[in-house]
Amino acid sequence: MDLAKHWRLRHARYRLEGQRNRFTGEVRFPPAPPLPGEREDIWEPYILKGRGRVYSFSVVRQPPEGFEDQPPYLVALVRLDEGPMVTAQLTDCDLDQVAIDMPVEMVTRRLRDLGPTGLIVYGYKFRPIVS
Amino acid sequence: MRRVYIIGTGATPVGEHWDRSPASLAIEALTGALGSIPASRIGALYVASALSGTLHTQSQMAALIATAAGIPGVEAVTIEAGGASGGVALRQACLAVAAGAVDLAMVVGVEKVTDVLDARREAALALATDVDWEAVHGVTLTALWALLMRRYMHEYGYSADDFAPFPINAHANGVANPRAMYRFAITAEKVRNAPMVAEPLGLLDCSTAADGAAAVLIASEGLAHELCATPVRIAGSATATDTLALHSRPDPLWFQAAAHSAASALRMARLTHSDVQVFDVTDPHGIAAALALESSGFAKRGTAVALAREGAITPKGRLPLATGGGCKARGDVVGANGVYQIVELVAQLRGQAGVVQVNGARVALAQCMGGIGVTVATHILTLE
Repeated sequence: MDLAKHWRLRHARYRLEGQRNRFTGEVRFPPAPPLPGEREDIWEPYILKGRGRVYSFSVVRQPPEGFEDQPPYLVALVRLDEGPMVTAQLTDCDLDQVAIDMPVEMVTRRLRDLGPTGLIVYGYKFRPIVS
Repeated sequence: MRRVYIIGTGATPVGEHWDRSPASLAIEALTGALGSIPASRIGALYVASALSGTLHTQSQMAALIATAAGIPGVEAVTIEAGGASGGVALRQACLAVAAGAVDLAMVVGVEKVTDVLDARREAALALATDVDWEAVHGVTLTALWALLMRRYMHEYGYSADDFAPFPINAHANGVANPRAMYRFAITAEKVRNAPMVAEPLGLLDCSTAADGAAAVLIASEGLAHELCATPVRIAGSATATDTLALHSRPDPLWFQAAAHSAASALRMARLTHSDVQVFDVTDPHGIAAALALESSGFAKRGTAVALAREGAITPKGRLPLATGGGCKARGDVVGANGVYQIVELVAQLRGQAGVVQVNGARVALAQCMGGIGVTVATHILTLE
């Protein structure tokens, strides 16, 4: 049930751990292996703050397998303050409360349940920042 | 490199073929493309199928279809590139014939998607996203298109209603296509009042995944003129890729792979944008067609929706699109779409398109896309 795969991605999924370029300061998410010929130590682990703004959003009403218990749910592209964009669900809000450029913050939530013999997959979602 | 020609086409109706196997659909299409040419003359078989591994749970479809066609032993390869599979398979056939490796190559696109329930099909389609960073969040391809549509509306000041000309045109054209899944016209009012699938995308701006197979027979120049009275030349052929995840791109509303493959194909054909008279692109939603036209250089950014509203995409317009009904009315045959496009555009160039005929069409462009602009194959067809 993809146990190793979800375990391998836990730092990125649970705490939004990406990478920062030691020389240019550029931040990227998700983390990636070095390019062919690139020095191994150029990119160091870097935990993003988990704040950003909604680039765009929609609602899933016809879910894929594994998400049948969730619709309707909000999905969004979020531009993080450090620069990278991520795809994630929006939570703790309704469709009519969301707008492009709305500030959001990361929370850790259940993404899906792989069933009695599988994992409960946790990861990042985003919610409106309540000021 | 040798010149490459299309000398035969075939396709099944698109729809819910519960009583038929993928092999049965593929053989009907292949037989149509062969005409009177014996199957034994096929030098290589390229089978495009995006979902046979996941939904039909069968790999090596090419070997299965070669056997069903009575030519086991032939070089046969299965091509998977999501919704671009058909165009990528055609590209491989072009390379094989152009290089002189074979004189006759068959391309078959086949998809069988209605044997499973909706949720499983949605999950299979979502494999064309970056599964660890997109699909894991429950995002579907439709939802990703909806995100792009909303952002496009925000950037350029359109309403959701403004996209209606795309499905309206597709349905109007689909009426004339005997193989189309939906052969009825729709109105702006119906599009506007349709239930939401993924806001701002409504049901009538969403294609329906369906079963079907299409085939095209590719020949070298000498053989083409020997075997066919009206060969259509593949003057340009190119594929390009972009990042798997939409969120990894500097500008999600710009499809770099579409731009690259369209420019390469036109350059190879020694033609310019203004030479192209009829188009088919991957158009499951209006936003998809708009971004394909803009990224490929046929409309300025932010203007494709306005052009559609002005009638440019109808058979009588400047950018005739989806003359066979497109993904929306023909039916979305996923990995086979790219082959259906060729079948429909060959009919255009041969003047056999009936009421949707684009007058005097001699240059056509087919572009198919896997995922959201991930793999894009563009072909330029010409009548010599």
